[in-house]
Amino acid sequence: MTWNRKDLLGLEELSKEEIESILSTAESFKEVSSRDIKKVPALRGKTVVNLFYEPSTRTRVSFEVAAKRLSADVINIATETSSVRKGETLIDTGRNIEALKADIIVMRHNFSGAALMLARHLNISVVNAGDGWHEHPTQALLDIFTLKEKLGRIEGLKVSIVGDIAHSRVARSNAWGLTKLGAKVTVCAPKMLIPPGMEDFGVSVTHDIEKALKDADAVNVLRMQFERDGETAFPRQLEYFKEFGITQNRLKRAKKGIIVMHPGPINRGIEMSSQVADGENSVILEQVTNGIAVRMAVLFLVDKTRDGRE
Amino acid sequence: MEENRLLIKGGRVIDPANNLDEVTDILVEGALIAKVSKNIRGCDKIIDASGKLVIPGLVDMHVHLREPGREDKEDILSGTNAALHGGVTSLLAMPNTSPAIDSSFVVGILKDAIERSARANVFICGAITKAREGKEMAEIDKFKGQGVIAISDDGSSIDSEEIMSDALRLAKKYKILPICHCEDNKISPRGVVNAGFTSTRLGLRGITNESEYKRIERDIKLAEKLDAALHIAHVSTKESVDVISRAKKRGVRVSCETAPHYFSLDDSFVLSYDANFKMNPPLRSKEDMLAVREGLSSGVIDVIASDHAPHTENEKDIEFERAEFGVTGLETELSVAITHLINNKILGWTELVRKISLNPSRLLGIDKGTLGVGKDADITVIDFNKEWVVKKEEFLSKSGNSAFLGNKLQGLVEYTICAGKVYKWNS
Repeated sequence: MTWNRKDLLGLEELSKEEIESILSTAESFKEVSSRDIKKVPALRGKTVVNLFYEPSTRTRVSFEVAAKRLSADVINIATETSSVRKGETLIDTGRNIEALKADIIVMRHNFSGAALMLARHLNISVVNAGDGWHEHPTQALLDIFTLKEKLGRIEGLKVSIVGDIAHSRVARSNAWGLTKLGAKVTVCAPKMLIPPGMEDFGVSVTHDIEKALKDADAVNVLRMQFERDGETAFPRQLEYFKEFGITQNRLKRAKKGIIVMHPGPINRGIEMSSQVADGENSVILEQVTNGIAVRMAVLFLVDKTRDGRE
Repeated sequence: MEENRLLIKGGRVIDPANNLDEVTDILVEGALIAKVSKNIRGCDKIIDASGKLVIPGLVDMHVHLREPGREDKEDILSGTNAALHGGVTSLLAMPNTSPAIDSSFVVGILKDAIERSARANVFICGAITKAREGKEMAEIDKFKGQGVIAISDDGSSIDSEEIMSDALRLAKKYKILPICHCEDNKISPRGVVNAGFTSTRLGLRGITNESEYKRIERDIKLAEKLDAALHIAHVSTKESVDVISRAKKRGVRVSCETAPHYFSLDDSFVLSYDANFKMNPPLRSKEDMLAVREGLSSGVIDVIASDHAPHTENEKDIEFERAEFGVTGLETELSVAITHLINNKILGWTELVRKISLNPSRLLGIDKGTLGVGKDADITVIDFNKEWVVKKEEFLSKSGNSAFLGNKLQGLVEYTICAGKVYKWNS
């Protein structure tokens, strides 16, 4: 077992072995959720605080379920960042939570780097539940876990990530994680949604969905958000679906048995058709189930490191 | 008279204004340099400079003293103390204060404050437009009479070509130096870090090279049309160096400066989200950093200035995107230049002294940057072999937002002499 971090901030900083440690720990936790009594005492007496500066239902609920199945006490704090200028600083908020003798903060924040900053200032564990456009490590880990479960391996797989790469922390974390484990990653989006220097992640870049699907073992489809601040020229929704949407027709030309993933929530008819979302290639709901196991593993591992140090 | 005399003995004196680079003595009488010659005798007050470098005091043409308005970050007293600590005896105070230095009234207030508390020579740069908004001209016509020697909307770039042209025309008429912060905000809106792998990796909005050099191209075009002088602040990209180089070759009256962080650091330093590496323009790629060095050695870049931009801890030790732009530099610039330019043989001593003292003096039209007889006794004595580690607690600036904290640098200022007054540092 290779794990001695008190925090999980991103996949960029993790080694292949560390990622594998999380995945194998998740495997053993997965079974807990299928029991009649879905609970183990691994974090009994521990307090997990979900500190969410951005609206999120599914990630927050997934972390809450994961913590509760480990028997931890869970506190949810949802807060708005718009008033942050006049309010308490993030570090002060973190220190207050630490003073409450919480053990783990799970944080979602709209600023990139916020989780790292918090972790640097606190002794308790910080788990990044998404920071700005930077990383969303547990999402990528559950994507990878699901792929591995379905296809038996990661090394040598061809995985395409389709959608708004520029503004996506899910894309970045997946790119880091998959390439470290030896997958061949292609990102696919309109030019304006590919950020500069993307090739330096060790991934291929294409603007052609047919190319992205050809030979791919799996496609991870990102949620498109068209309501952004107008600084980037976005394609129109219908145009996007026509050019990049995942349809049954397109899948027919792809490799048989191609896995279709989506971090949710899905915009049906924009990123993918309903038939694909509900079709036999889709593993979208299994991702949700696996998210619990992966997050249980992460909470368990970071807590164990800290316990070991104390 | 005797008690007002000071002999700086046996140092290697580097004075490009007088083509001097030799071991010699300097006699100071009162506030002036009385004699430069070997084996001067008959003075009781002696600084033994043997094995040391003796250079004209640094002239830093890009300093944010923050007074009036943000005295929590810095004020004239602390800023000029920091200057002296770094070997800087003259500086140009940038006008992005609160209020901005945009009227004869505010210049008057600033002059009084300088009179009261400055320890080094402080020269004033006025704003180009009111409140630096790029819309209405500041009271430039009154500035010259009040001793203002330059104008700039530093921190902001002037989008309107018409207003920029007017500024260049007025600067030409009044013989003051127009200094341009070149940045086209429309190209990289709300960027916080160099655009490229670094910005993508960090998930932060990028600032492209284009946003800098496109605006430099435009301002050079305007200056060329008017046959006016133009000074470009904080050059940070390869393309900017190229654009300025080409303009100089065809005879445009353009000069430029860079700051120590652009020839010593690159954008990989930002990967820790440490806002002490957040400045505007941002730290660029390694290729750009090397191009800036090349621009210094080829002579395209005329000046090294610190862009000393003090900020409080509360404004820096926060989420990167919310943190203020800018780093301090007065107390490290000379050592950073020695460590990165002299040691890497990018510049020789004479060239360094030109860029950090003589050239800015000439561009600003002030009688500084020289050790000539009869000139002001503004002198810096450096122990150029001494290594030291940059520590926040040792700064005289009110702020500690340096990009070089913890760095080991070479070359330590041992004495700063400003108008004949001696400041001795450390031991």
